[in-house]
Amino acid sequence: MSYNINDKGYYGEFGGAYIPEMLYPNVEELRQNYLKIMAEPSFQEEFNQLLKDYVGRPSPLYFAKRLSEKYATKIYLKREDLNHTGAHKVNNTIGQILMARRLGKKRIIAETGAGQHGVATATVCALMGMECIVYMGEIDIARQAPNVARMKMLGATVVPALSGSKTLKDATNEAIRDWINNPVDTHYIIGSAIGPHPYPDMVTKFQSVISEEIKSQLLEKEGTEHPNYVVACIGGGSNAAGTYYHFLDNEDVGIIAVEAAGKGIHSGESAATSALGKEGIIHGCKTLLMQTDDGQITEPYSISAGLDYPGVGPLHSHLYKTGRGEFYSATDDEAMQAGLELAKLEGIIPAIETSHALAVFKYKTFQPNDVVVISLSGRGDKDLNNYIEYFNL
Amino acid sequence: MNRIQQKLQENKKLLSIYFTAGYPSLDDTVSVIENLENAGVDMIEIGLPFSDPLADGPTIQASSTQALKNGMTTTVLFEQLKDIRTRVNIPLIAMGYFNPMLQYGVEAFCAKCKKIGIDGLIIPDLPVDVYQEEYQTIFEKYGLINVFLITPQTSDERIRFIDSVSNGFIYMVSSASTTGAKSGFGNEQSNYFERIAAMNLKNPQIVGFGISNKETFQQATKQAAGAIIGSAFIKHITANGISNIDEFVNPILS
Repeated sequence: MSYNINDKGYYGEFGGAYIPEMLYPNVEELRQNYLKIMAEPSFQEEFNQLLKDYVGRPSPLYFAKRLSEKYATKIYLKREDLNHTGAHKVNNTIGQILMARRLGKKRIIAETGAGQHGVATATVCALMGMECIVYMGEIDIARQAPNVARMKMLGATVVPALSGSKTLKDATNEAIRDWINNPVDTHYIIGSAIGPHPYPDMVTKFQSVISEEIKSQLLEKEGTEHPNYVVACIGGGSNAAGTYYHFLDNEDVGIIAVEAAGKGIHSGESAATSALGKEGIIHGCKTLLMQTDDGQITEPYSISAGLDYPGVGPLHSHLYKTGRGEFYSATDDEAMQAGLELAKLEGIIPAIETSHALAVFKYKTFQPNDVVVISLSGRGDKDLNNYIEYFNL
Repeated sequence: MNRIQQKLQENKKLLSIYFTAGYPSLDDTVSVIENLENAGVDMIEIGLPFSDPLADGPTIQASSTQALKNGMTTTVLFEQLKDIRTRVNIPLIAMGYFNPMLQYGVEAFCAKCKKIGIDGLIIPDLPVDVYQEEYQTIFEKYGLINVFLITPQTSDERIRFIDSVSNGFIYMVSSASTTGAKSGFGNEQSNYFERIAAMNLKNPQIVGFGISNKETFQQATKQAAGAIIGSAFIKHITANGISNIDEFVNPILS
C-alpha cells in the first residue's frame, strides 16, 4: 500500500482535479512544472535559504518534560509556532511564491479563514514585491481584526467574500473565481493540502520540511529517526501532511489526526469531517466533505477558525479510509483546556487549532516508552481574545 | 436522433436560455420552461442550484442560494419535471455541478434524465478526461449528450480532443470570466470566434458568457451556431417575474 500520490493525482480514490475548463490551463501549467521546478538546485537553494534566514528554521524539537510526566510518556513538541508569522503556514507560502515567480506570474491571490495563511501570503508578497489580494469571509474579517490589520500593513488588499456563509469556504470560492477571471498573470497560493491536483501534493511537499527535521532532530535526541507516533490537528490538513510525510510508508510510526468536534460531533455544530463527511467534490478535489444528502456543502463549526473547513485534504481521506491514520476529534472545551494546560505546564500558549492536537491525551493513552511528537502548528497570540473570553481572564 | 442534435440541424441561429430551477419560487420551474418555449427560444438549460458554484458570478450565485432556500433539491427537480414532455418539445439540458449528481448516483441521475426526457447535461467541473474514462459509457447508455466548455485559453490540441469526445455541441465560453462578469465583445473575442470557426470542428459551437441582448447575440452568432443567455435572463425574471418572459426574448429574436 502506498500512501503517496499516484501519477494521476490521486491518493487511493481521493484527489484528482475536478475543475471548470476555465481553470484547466493554469492548473495544467502548474501540474506539468511543479516537480521539475522544485527539483531545480537554484530553487532548492533559494527555498532552503529563506526557510533558514527568514523563517528561522529548523524549528526546535522540544522535549516537553512536565507534559510528559503528566501523561507518563515521552512527548516532543515540534515548534512551528516559533516560525516567522507564528505558524507552519509560511513554509508553504515561501515555496509557492518562488514557484509563482518561476512561472512568470505577477499577481498573487489567496484565501484565508483565521487570517494565518493570509498573513503568511501577504508576508512573502511583501518580501518579493508582488501584488497580493487575499479573500476573506466577511464574518471572519469581523472576528479576526488583528490579522486583517497585519495583511493591510504588509501591503495586501483584503477583499471580503460576501457570498454563501461568508467564511473560509466562500473565501476559497471567491479566490477561485478571481483566478478564472485572471487566467494569465495570476498564481493562486492555496493555504492547505486541498484543491485540485497538484495542490495537495505541492503543499504537502513544501510542508514536509517539518517531518524531515523531526527525523534528524529525533536521531540526535533519541538515537532513532522514528517516533512511535506523530500527532497533528486537521482542518484542511497542511501541518498534518507535513508532519506525517516522511513517516507515511513506515507503518511502525503511528499517525494520529485530531479534528475539531466543535460543540460535539452530533451537535450540528462540528467540523469533524472524517466522522461526518461523505465522499464528494469540494474546491476541485474528490475527498471527504460535510454535505447534505443532496450534495450541498454544509457549513462547519469550530471555535478555531483555522479548523472551520467542511472538507479535509485527499491525503487525509486516504489515511482515514485505509486505517493508516487514527482519527479523533476534540470539542471546543477539550481543546481550550488542553491549550491552557500547555500554557501552565510548559509556558507555551498554543493556537487554538494546535490545542486540538494537544487534546489527544483525552482519547489515547500512550506507553511510558512511546516517543510521541506533536506538531505545535501555531502560537496563540492571535487567539488571545478567544482565550480571554473563554476563561474570563 | 436526440432533440438537441435535431435542433442543431435547423438552419437558424439558436437562442438557448439558462435559468436556475426553483427560482424565483420553488414551483416556477415548469412555468419558466413553458414560457420560454412559447416565447420562441430554441433550447433551455435548467440549472440545478449548488451551494458552491465556482464558475458563476453574483447573479447566478444569488439565484442558486435563493433556490436552495426555497427547498430545491435534485429529487424535487425530478419530481417537478416528471410530466414535462407532455407539455413541451423544446430540447432540455440539465446544467449543474458534479457533487450533487455524484451524491444522487451518476447512473441513477442519467436514468432519471432519460425517463423524464432531458436531452443533455452540462457539468462544468467534470473534466473531459475523467468523463471519458469513467462516465461516458453511462451517458451514452441513456442517450444523453454531454456538453463541454472551451475558453479563449484552451489550446487547439485540447479543443480537438474535446471535439472528438463531444456528440452535440461545444459550449464556447466567450472570455476568461465567471458568468455574468462581462458584457459585450471586443477584438479579442472576434479573433477567438474566428480562430475556432476556422478549425472546422465536427461539433457546432454555441457561445456563452457575456451575451445579454440582441447586439451581443448577433455578435456571438456571426460564426457560431447559437448563443446562451443566463445572468441577463435571471436579472429579468428577478425584476419582472416569470409571466413576461416574451418581453425579454422578443427583442433578441426580432
